[in-house]
Amino acid sequence: MGIAFPQPDQAILARREEILAGLARLVAPEALIVTEDERRAFETDGLTAYRQMPLAVVLPSTTAEVSAVMRFCHENGVKVVPRGAGTSLCGGAIPQQDAIVLGIAKMNRVLHIDFANRTARVEAGITNLAISQAVAYEGFFYAPDPSSQLACTIAGNIAMNSGGAHCLKYGVTTNNLLGVTMVLLDGTVVTLGGEHLDSAGYDLLGLITGSEGQLGIVTEAVVRILRAAEGARPALLGFDSVEDAGACVAAIIGAGIIPVALEYMDRPAIKICEAFAHAGYPLDVEAMLIVEVEGSDAEIDDMLRRIVAIAEPFKPKTVKVSQSEAESAAIWKGRKSAFGATGRVADYICMDGTIPTGQLPQVLKRIDEIAKAHGLGVANVFHAGDGNLHPLVMFDTSKPGEMEKAEIVGEEILKLCVEVGGCLTGEHGVGIEKRDLMTFQFNEADLVQQMRVRGVFDPLWLLNPAKVFPLQGRLAA
Amino acid sequence: MTIFTPRDENDAATIIADAFGKKTTLSVFGRNTKAALGRPITTDASLSTAGLTGITLYEPAELVISARSGAPVSEVVAALAQNGQELSFEPMDYGPLLGVGGEPTIGAVAALNLSGPRRIMAGAARDSLIGVRFVNGRGEVVKSGGRVMKNVTGLDLVKLMANSWGTLGVLTEVTFKVLPKHERMATLVLRGLDDRHAIDAMSSALGSPFDVTGAAHLPAPDLQGARTLIRLEGFSVSVDYRLTEMRRLLKRFGTGDILEGKAAEALWASVRDATVLGDHDERAIWRVSSGPTRGPDVAAHLAKARDARWFYDWGGGLVWISTPASGDAGAAIIREATREFGGHATLVKAPEALRASIDVLEPQSDAVMALSRGIKTSFDPAGILNPGRMYAGI
Repeated sequence: MGIAFPQPDQAILARREEILAGLARLVAPEALIVTEDERRAFETDGLTAYRQMPLAVVLPSTTAEVSAVMRFCHENGVKVVPRGAGTSLCGGAIPQQDAIVLGIAKMNRVLHIDFANRTARVEAGITNLAISQAVAYEGFFYAPDPSSQLACTIAGNIAMNSGGAHCLKYGVTTNNLLGVTMVLLDGTVVTLGGEHLDSAGYDLLGLITGSEGQLGIVTEAVVRILRAAEGARPALLGFDSVEDAGACVAAIIGAGIIPVALEYMDRPAIKICEAFAHAGYPLDVEAMLIVEVEGSDAEIDDMLRRIVAIAEPFKPKTVKVSQSEAESAAIWKGRKSAFGATGRVADYICMDGTIPTGQLPQVLKRIDEIAKAHGLGVANVFHAGDGNLHPLVMFDTSKPGEMEKAEIVGEEILKLCVEVGGCLTGEHGVGIEKRDLMTFQFNEADLVQQMRVRGVFDPLWLLNPAKVFPLQGRLAA
Repeated sequence: MTIFTPRDENDAATIIADAFGKKTTLSVFGRNTKAALGRPITTDASLSTAGLTGITLYEPAELVISARSGAPVSEVVAALAQNGQELSFEPMDYGPLLGVGGEPTIGAVAALNLSGPRRIMAGAARDSLIGVRFVNGRGEVVKSGGRVMKNVTGLDLVKLMANSWGTLGVLTEVTFKVLPKHERMATLVLRGLDDRHAIDAMSSALGSPFDVTGAAHLPAPDLQGARTLIRLEGFSVSVDYRLTEMRRLLKRFGTGDILEGKAAEALWASVRDATVLGDHDERAIWRVSSGPTRGPDVAAHLAKARDARWFYDWGGGLVWISTPASGDAGAAIIREATREFGGHATLVKAPEALRASIDVLEPQSDAVMALSRGIKTSFDPAGILNPGRMYAGI
């Protein structure tokens, strides 16, 4: 439990009643949550080991309400922690005692779908999957597909620049976002981008994507929607060694093939997921790849034939090409339920570092050593095509000290990712979880420049202030 | 006028720190092939990145390349080609349009977010740019991003540096995600469509599952000469299949014919570099990005008032317009159109006096301009790097 929160501002805590009264004047009664019981639902997110009770929770229904609340908080020096669905794995939506939570989940409508221009305008509290569902009747979809897509909001996706299993072909949020309506801290409503591509001046849309709720609150988004491929089919390739699996990934890409997904699972992960999903995963291999390609049946057959031939020199022990939609679904069910399935057998923390893919075998070996040295197990599930690792460090909360050990293992893994040329987080964000590790990836000049940019939007550190930047060494206003 | 040509990043930092101390304003460029683009500025001295050369990292199996900012684009392209790879966003070259020879640099590709026809499929330069090193206006060396393609560690300053025209910092090194070159490229050419039918055809093509990597419409004075280009790339078998399906899908727009090989490559290069606009002496050239179905609205709005020629890329979402350079070169009318139909217009070629007197880039809302000025100050508090190159004061 090593992550500190800033000391709450006692003056704000003392003014709680007055602040609540002020907020009550701005939003409908049902949009303001003040009782302790009801606030408790908002005290943590996907990083459940940490909890903080917020001052109050506001759930506005319109951009105008968000603007009014922001202006009020700005004028009264009240901190604001933005929240989508609260699925952040890095504590991005965990509140603090002297802050209100501003949740946009009620703003979940589709506003306009334009198939000719291939865009959808939505309120930012809509879930990721709901966008795809809203455009599916014309065969379209919204490409980024984080595992939490059933629950997570597009606002949260923008805040964390979320990816998913298919970003090797389709990119992450920043590559699929065309415009936003955003409320700045002082209540000003700005529009960035629109239905068109690229920005006239500075790429503010690119800047706010992945900014973890520190620069403003996005209330509407225009996203790119794509026509889905005619079909998609995965193949499973099982290998006797991590090195062979890693070399096979490099060979596939080297041959000019960019599969739509290229996922990696190691032996512990395969075992856990197979027990849960009965996907037909091979249990006698050290490493398994799920390689998915898209197109017509003939195109898929051609591509999978090529991939199987490329894999041949690496002596795959299992080569299994999905023969039906049911088989494909089972293969993905196993992968997509990896976190949940692991949760059934152990407590775990999920890391999210990215490494240069050439470093895979060495890094996986080191991860194993790090975990063993602390007496813990690790299951590895990750996006092999882009080097985005998801080591699940398993522990038992009921054993004193194990969670702390898991946090140390996680920290050492992330430092390793940076050492080999990668980064701390590929798609989950920094939040509170990795905040204090930022100095391993960035030097002072790098961080100060980021904080200067942050300061343009929020010089007083009122917006999600406990996140991303180490508490020490922060730029004052 | 002094032109500083730093040998390395440290050297660049020293020069800029000194300029910061003395408030010496600097024109920042690579090989200065784009001086005729954007707002003209006058500065105390210049800084060229031409001395920062060389590819610093290339891992074909990891789909990543890094080069110092002054490396010629052609050097990067050639290194990638040796491994059957490319910059997937198809960077355009402004040289032919501006009538300037010389080698553009890879740093400028990042700093101006230069993309080509494949932008609709593969994203812009800013989407492939995954890491930068630069010297800010205080002379501090800063890095952002890295060499991996998924990275949400801290604020994404990479995106800010892309399309910042050297006003926020001097790029010293850029890292791009790259992709394998396609085995085959084929273009379905439809003939005789007017603008709106062409946009319809391109929207159908782009809304199909057949992975269109280029969609352009080249109008002609007589309708029969108009060509609509739908490009498909990939493995040969797959291209064959998709061509057949595409023709079936678009049969109400005519059967069209298939263009491949050198002629097709040359045609797409002329779309990419906008040379397909033809002779452009004495003319101003605009580049308008809008929603694809809005492209014809913008063009028609201008054509009501002025002599104009144009063509569409990006399925209609990018309109290149040529109009006489007289008066305001159509600025008032074009900006009326972007206000009405959405999008933004950039004056990419015009006499210097005109570029100095009107907004070259689309004017933005007061709130966005305030943020932009704040960002400029956060990188370059003394306003010494390319001051006024994008907007007055930025």
